[in-house]
This record gives sequence, structure tokens and C-alpha cells, in this order.
Amino acid sequence: MKITRKEFLKISGACLVALSGKKALAVLDSGANRQASSSTGKVRKQLGMVVDTRKCAKAQGCTKCIDACVQAHNIPSFPNPAHQIKWIWERPFGDLFSSYETQYLEPSLKDQSTPVLCNHCDNPPCVRVCPTAATWKREEDGIVMMDWHRCIGCRYCMAACPYGARSFNWVDPRPHIENLNPNFPTRTKGVVEKCTFCSERLAAGQLPACVEACPERALIFGDVNDPKSEIGQLLAKSYTLRRRPELGTGPNIYYLV
Amino acid sequence: MFMLEKAIVGGRKYWVWIGILLAVIAVAFGVYLRQLNYGLGLTGMSRNISWGLYIGQFTFMVGVAASAVMVVLPYYLHNHKEFSRMTILGEFLAVSAVTMCLLFIFVDMGQPMRVFNVILYPQPHSIMFWDMISLSGYLLLNATITYFTLRAEQQDVHYPHWLKYIILLSIPWAISIHTITGFLYAGLPGRLAWRTAIMAPRFLASAFAAGPALLILLCLLLRQQTGYNVGEKAINGLSVIVTYAMVINVFFIAMEFFTAMYSRVPGLTEDFQDLYLGSVRTSLLPWGRTSLVLMAAALVFLLVPRLRHNEKGLAVACVLVFSSLWVDKGLCMVVGGFIPSPLGAITRYVPTLPEMTITLGIWAVGALMVTVFYKIALSVEIAKELSYVPAYEFARTGGAVGLHAHSSSAVAGPGSGMAGRANEEVSGKGGDE
Repeated sequence: MKITRKEFLKISGACLVALSGKKALAVLDSGANRQASSSTGKVRKQLGMVVDTRKCAKAQGCTKCIDACVQAHNIPSFPNPAHQIKWIWERPFGDLFSSYETQYLEPSLKDQSTPVLCNHCDNPPCVRVCPTAATWKREEDGIVMMDWHRCIGCRYCMAACPYGARSFNWVDPRPHIENLNPNFPTRTKGVVEKCTFCSERLAAGQLPACVEACPERALIFGDVNDPKSEIGQLLAKSYTLRRRPELGTGPNIYYLV
Repeated sequence: MFMLEKAIVGGRKYWVWIGILLAVIAVAFGVYLRQLNYGLGLTGMSRNISWGLYIGQFTFMVGVAASAVMVVLPYYLHNHKEFSRMTILGEFLAVSAVTMCLLFIFVDMGQPMRVFNVILYPQPHSIMFWDMISLSGYLLLNATITYFTLRAEQQDVHYPHWLKYIILLSIPWAISIHTITGFLYAGLPGRLAWRTAIMAPRFLASAFAAGPALLILLCLLLRQQTGYNVGEKAINGLSVIVTYAMVINVFFIAMEFFTAMYSRVPGLTEDFQDLYLGSVRTSLLPWGRTSLVLMAAALVFLLVPRLRHNEKGLAVACVLVFSSLWVDKGLCMVVGGFIPSPLGAITRYVPTLPEMTITLGIWAVGALMVTVFYKIALSVEIAKELSYVPAYEFARTGGAVGLHAHSSSAVAGPGSGMAGRANEEVSGKGGDE
């Protein structure tokens, strides 16, 4: 059979289109990842956290988790709220779960300050939109990571994040760091940053700084896909809330109420 | 070299205008250096409103760029000859507008020196990657088209035969740049004001109103300043396009309004409350309302025949269309998507003086490009018209391709320039539809 050059180009072109079409479908099908992991029979590790709001309520006004994070990660403090950098911070419960609260909820419950941080989603929109893969979902433990040396500062991830978990360095943060931790990098102006579940501490076999600092042990950290872990058992036995689960992002911070 | 020599001959008025633009650009560049040094904290953007005037203007200018298709398509696909003198003006406007888009993206970046990371680590799952491809491709297409058609014009030959494929490609490509820019917003799960399937259609409708409105104003200005006349029919044809596009744009807004306000789903209604109703006090409210009033006035001027057919009335209509959409898309659309924040915060956003200066500087770059390009185009046109005696009209070759040296450079008289391209169908079948 003779194939002319024109035919060859046509056939290879059609193959390319078909292949890229398959790729595109895989990108669009958010369930593809889950199915892939279940078909191999092995469930992928996914680090997550349970915030026990009842324990947290016992120590209202306590900011030890936030302080530990700020110290561990050289987070600057800006008086101007527009420029603030936040990895873990606190907001009234009602702001986190506006669709769950009822008009009858007591102010003390509605306004109870609750920790907020990156949800390390199963399908993170921030990772999907990043044009340089400066933020990505780590294969081995599901952490949404950040590369501050690759980020171009377009802030598309900030628009994409439905949780407001990302901060941008609007100005040089270094002069605003109160207590420099020489073991952790500082950032430059013009890049985005967020919580990384203390990947540097996990690598050294430690727990995240916020988890370790909590006097009430209100933050429970571990592999949510491991039914034998403390967090796995807690999630199996109790009702928990996640922020905006209807968006399909698969958030991995669970709030025990 | 690229016929730039034609841009350095001009009268006093021409040089004063160029001088003003260069001065604005110089000042803006100085402010940009300050922003580069200090960081984007120099702007009014914040943690909650992380895109502002720059990205809004970028989005608006993508529309102006895409709108060139509204002269290119009727002219090349439907052989709408009235647009012959206007087509190159539309294409040059597109080149300038896309350049402005790229500049707006660039000044919005926190780490502009890392811009090539987008090419070094391409991410096909990011819409921004595709936006970069479509915008730079569109710039390349239009730069090629304008250069070769104008050069052919100057040498009095037909443009090279392969160029018609480039021109054909530029038509769907123009649609694609604004569709992909719509996808930038519509594909984000958490921003309910943007997550609407008619985002891209709405973008296209507003683009096809604002872009041609600007082109009409530029054509009227050209005639007043230089005597170059694109022809009454061309202006009328374009004004019909503006009218339809503006009506469709307002219709789309009404669709969004109904869906949100009748279903009363809080995430959907919030945007309209912020922009128009004022149940929550935001810094956007006066802008949203201004845009609505301007749109309503524009519709009156466009839809009343007596007003639109009167040249002054048409000019007013075009100013209204352009400014209403400039506010709606260039400011309200982007900022509105960030209010309220994911944690329910209502944040104020007001562009700062440095931010506005840099924006003005990019507009001055666009104006400078349009001025120089139009100067070149007109020099070629006018030189041609002076050297020609009313000439011969060749039978249409009906899609035959090839370089028919002079055969298709028919000029019916000084009134119809753009001879080389005027007489041959691009589409093989041809014919008006």
C-alpha cells in the first residue's frame, strides 16, 4: 500500500487530534484520578486535618497555632490588611459556614473564632490554573505545594481558590519579619504563598507546627485515607463539616462541631 | 524597513501629538520602574481583590482586538466592498490592541522577569497558557496580514497567494481570543459572578459593540484631520454592527439579571447587588450605575434612526457605547467577581494614582501605534490614489489563486482604495451571502 505524503500527514494529524482529545477529556473529568487510584486497589495517601471546634472553644482568644506558624515560616506582619500574609488564621465560625448557620444560632457559637487554612484539595483549582506548575499536588501525600522560585506572580491561583487561602507578597516581606527563623526561607516580593502542611517538618518526622502548638489538641493531623489512623477513625465515627464541598474541590480540612 | 520611513514625515500637528504620547509613555515608564522596585503594593489591589484595573483593561482590550473580525469577515467572506478602505484600519487597531493586552498582563505580574517560565514549563491544563498562545498568535497573524497587504498595495501588486489562508485563519482566531479570555473567568469554581456559561458570548457581544464603535470614531477623526474618507456606506454598515452587538450585549446582561434575581440564590444575586442595587455599599456601586445609564443612553442613540444616521448622533452613540463597556468590562466585571471574598468580606478597591498612570501609559502606547500605523496606511493609500487614473476593472477570477501581478489591482477611481485586496474573493466559492 502506498501512502502519499499528503495522506500520511492527514492520518498522523487525525491521530494527534484523537490523542490530545483523550488528554483533554482526562483533564476535564475530575473523577478520573479517583477511579485510577481505586482500580489499582491501593488508596492514595492524602494528608488532612480535623479541627475540633469544641476543644478549640475551650481556649477562645488563644492564638498559639497561628503564632507557631508565623514563627516557623517567617511570615511577615503588615498593619495594612490589604497586604497581610496568612497561612493559618482565625475567622468567626459563621464566616466559614455561612450556608450552615441558622438565624437562631447563639452569637457565642456563630462568632466563635475558628482556624482557617489551605484545604489541600483533592482537585485543587489553584493547581489547575497555574500556568507554570509553580503550585502542584504532591503525589506521595496529597499536599498542595508551592515553588516560590518559579511563581510569576500572576495571581490566577488566588482568583481560583474558593477558600481565600492564598496570599500575595505585595511588597518586600523581609523587613516585616519579626523573629527571623534561619532554618526556613524568606520570600521575595511578587510571589504567592500559602500553608504547605509544614512539608519541611514532616520531612524531619515532626508534626505540623500548628498541630504541635495547640494546647487543647484540637488539631488532629494525618492520612485521611487510612482507616486505622487517628484521623481516619475520628472521621468514621463523627459528623464533620467541610467548607463549600458542593464545588467539587474535595477539601481535606474537616471541622468537628 | 517595514515602511516606517512613512511615519517620520509629518506636519507640526502630527509631531506635537507624537510628542505628547511619548511624554505620557515616559512618565508611565518611570512609575512602572517604581512599581517594579517597590512591588504591586503600589496599586490599590489587595489580598481580597487580587486583580484590578490592569486585568480589567486587559480583558477589555482583548475585545477591541477581536472586533477587527467585524470588518475582516464581511469584507473577505461576503465580499462586502464598502469595507475596503476600512479593513486595514481595523487590522492595525487589532495589532495595537493586542500589544496593549500583553503590556497589561506584563505590568500586572509580580515577577515579570520570570515571564518565560510560561514557555519553559508549559501547562496545557491552565487556561492562561492557551490565552498566551491565542493572543500572541493573533498578534502574529495580524502583523503578517497588515504588512503583506500594505506592501502589495504599495508595489501595486496583488498580495501573495498564501496570505489568504492566513486571513481566513485570522477570522476564527479572533473569536478564539475572546472565548479563551472568557474561559479564564468562567472556569473558576468559587467565583459565582464569573461562573456563567454566557461569559464568553457576553464578552464577544460587548467586544463587537465597543471595538467597531472605536473604529467609527477613529474613521471620523481621520476624515476630519486628513481628509481620508472611508465612505459613508462603510460607516453606516459598521454602525449597524455596533447596534446589533450592543442590543445583544444588553440582552445578555438582562438574562444574567433574571437568572440571579428570580432564583434568588445568594451567590448569584450578590454581584448585582454590589454593582447596581446598592443593598451592600461597595466602591463599585457608582461605577456599575454609571455604566448602566451610559448603556441605556447608547441604546437610545443607536436605535432611533434619526440619531444614528446623523453623523454627530452616531459619534455620541459610539462614545457612549465605548465608555459604558469600558467601565462595565474594564473595571466592574473583574473587581465584582472578588466581592464578597470567600470568607464574606466586602473589600474596597480604588485604583491608585501610580496604577492609573501606568494604565494611561499603556493606552498612550496603543494610541502611538495606531497613529504610526494609520499614518503609514494613509501614505500608501494617498500616494496610490494620486498616481492612478481611473482604471480598468477586471472580471472577478472567482477564487482562482496565484499572483496575478496587476490583474486584480483594479481601482474604480480615487474613491475606492485598497485595490489589491478589494477585488478577489478569499473564499473559493465567493459571492455575497
